[in-house]
Amino acid sequence: MTLTRKDVESIAHLARLQITEEELPVYVGSLSSIINFVEQLNRAETGDVEPMAHPLAGQAQRLRPDEVTERDAHDLYQQNAPQVEAALYLVPKVIE
Amino acid sequence: MPRDDNREIFVMSLHTQTIAQLAAGLRAKRFSSVELARAYLERIEKLNKPLNAFLTVTEQEALTAAGAADAAIAAGRAGPLTGIPFAHKDIFCAAGTRTTCGSRMLDNFVAPYDATVVARLKGAGTVLVGKTNMDEFAMGSSNETSYYGPVRNPWNRDYVPGGSSGGSAAAVAARLVPAASGTDTGGSIRQPAALVGITGLKPTYGRVSRYGMIAFASSLDQAGVLTQTAEDAALLLGAMAGFDPRDSTSVDEPVPDYLAALQQPLEGLRIGLLKEFFDEGLDPRNAKLVREALAVYQKLGAETIEVSLPNLPLSVPTYYVVAPAECSSNLSRFDGVRFGYRAENPRDLLDLYKRSRGEGFGAEVKRRIMTGTYVLSAGYYDAYYLKAQKVRQLISEDFRRAFDKVDVLMGPTSPTPAFKLGAKVDDPITMYLNDIYTIGANLAGLPAISVPCGFVDALPVGLQIIGPFFSEARLLNAAHAFQKETDWHARVPKGYE
Repeated sequence: MTLTRKDVESIAHLARLQITEEELPVYVGSLSSIINFVEQLNRAETGDVEPMAHPLAGQAQRLRPDEVTERDAHDLYQQNAPQVEAALYLVPKVIE
Repeated sequence: MPRDDNREIFVMSLHTQTIAQLAAGLRAKRFSSVELARAYLERIEKLNKPLNAFLTVTEQEALTAAGAADAAIAAGRAGPLTGIPFAHKDIFCAAGTRTTCGSRMLDNFVAPYDATVVARLKGAGTVLVGKTNMDEFAMGSSNETSYYGPVRNPWNRDYVPGGSSGGSAAAVAARLVPAASGTDTGGSIRQPAALVGITGLKPTYGRVSRYGMIAFASSLDQAGVLTQTAEDAALLLGAMAGFDPRDSTSVDEPVPDYLAALQQPLEGLRIGLLKEFFDEGLDPRNAKLVREALAVYQKLGAETIEVSLPNLPLSVPTYYVVAPAECSSNLSRFDGVRFGYRAENPRDLLDLYKRSRGEGFGAEVKRRIMTGTYVLSAGYYDAYYLKAQKVRQLISEDFRRAFDKVDVLMGPTSPTPAFKLGAKVDDPITMYLNDIYTIGANLAGLPAISVPCGFVDALPVGLQIIGPFFSEARLLNAAHAFQKETDWHARVPKGYE
């Protein structure tokens, strides 16, 4: 299965990744190679096999009481923010 | 206490000791925690650069923690890990400490909280000396994808240490620290442990909390340890393991006394030899050493039985659908908005996302995000992702059936010894196949350990032992029995003795 340039551009867009002109053919090559490699999975008979999402068979998502347990620590968490003002994260204009 | 010109000898003899030995020395007041921390910090200062094992050295924090450890020892409050120097793979958030995950994306990130693994080992009295280098976002088998440059194998610095926990592995092999934490998603503890000649343990999925451990593939990731001995691994696992309400996949299973379990006799252990592991991909010299290791077990009274896991050869393709899919989801949080790398002068929001991620992530990470995006996308989800999840079920069932007949499975950890830096970077598939023997245990969620079992061309080789769910005590027991009969684990590379 060979991916085309358009395929990779489309995937990169979905993944919100900027891929440069020089990089594009390299990724087309390596991604095609990987997809080709995983095609081997078609060898397996998986007719009515249950898909396995994780190793914890029979374990359900735990729930907890709907009570407030965390404290506001936004000052601490926002220390890593690229641009913050009045506790808000600044980004380029979204709505024109 | 030793001083001045005796100090050189004093410093030399400390770093060849295991945690168990160091703890005894601290309790007997042969040296203090502060002296111990200083000794390792000096060693790191002197020897780290050519290895590039450490990304951050936490000197001040180490000395403060060591001081507190000395106070605890003096007050009779010391535990088995009090005052022991330790390093964490830079994938674990350590409060107030730079945590990069080997990536430009987190180059400036200072973790605001401790991962559960970090908090528990801190609570047990370990002294954090630094954060270790790793493949970027834990994606790699050679520690060559790190933004901060590759880590080198202390046995031969032209060779890779393995990955993704290459920094932790090299640091322990070179005795820059007695032990270190790691993570294993497809073999990232066991494979580097094998390539640098140390012990590496991946616990059962759910045994150790993933809270504060930067996520790569959430159904596969597991925290573990890289140590000199199985005994040290038992000590550390005892402190790390156990239910954590903050990790929704943490299992509420009691933690056994791993240390006590080491002494149980081995007699009658049923060892399964995986037919699929002794294939054409395995270097015959590695195979020979693994068979010699098995002979040691037979001498100790274990029984070997050949078993076949027919779907196991599909492990690598299964993994390279599931892991990238999960990583594409986990790494979507890195968007340049709230933390991490942000591109300069973004034109609009889309440009902010695309360039922050395009510039912040390295090539292998981008490759895996795109692979994941593709296999999850409309029209391909059933053919790839769903199919892979079904094959994962088949592989897990193969293991379950095998464990009806045997207690543990044994085989090689890695198909070859360490390879030269740059040897496998051109073709991703060649690199991916390094994990051919380790990936199965991750897919099935099973615990596995690698122990050194010899050398090929002066490069270490590892023996892998895989067990059923929550059989860490048995794995450590088997590894310990082997380490009582052999001394591969005590070998130190030239220049680091």
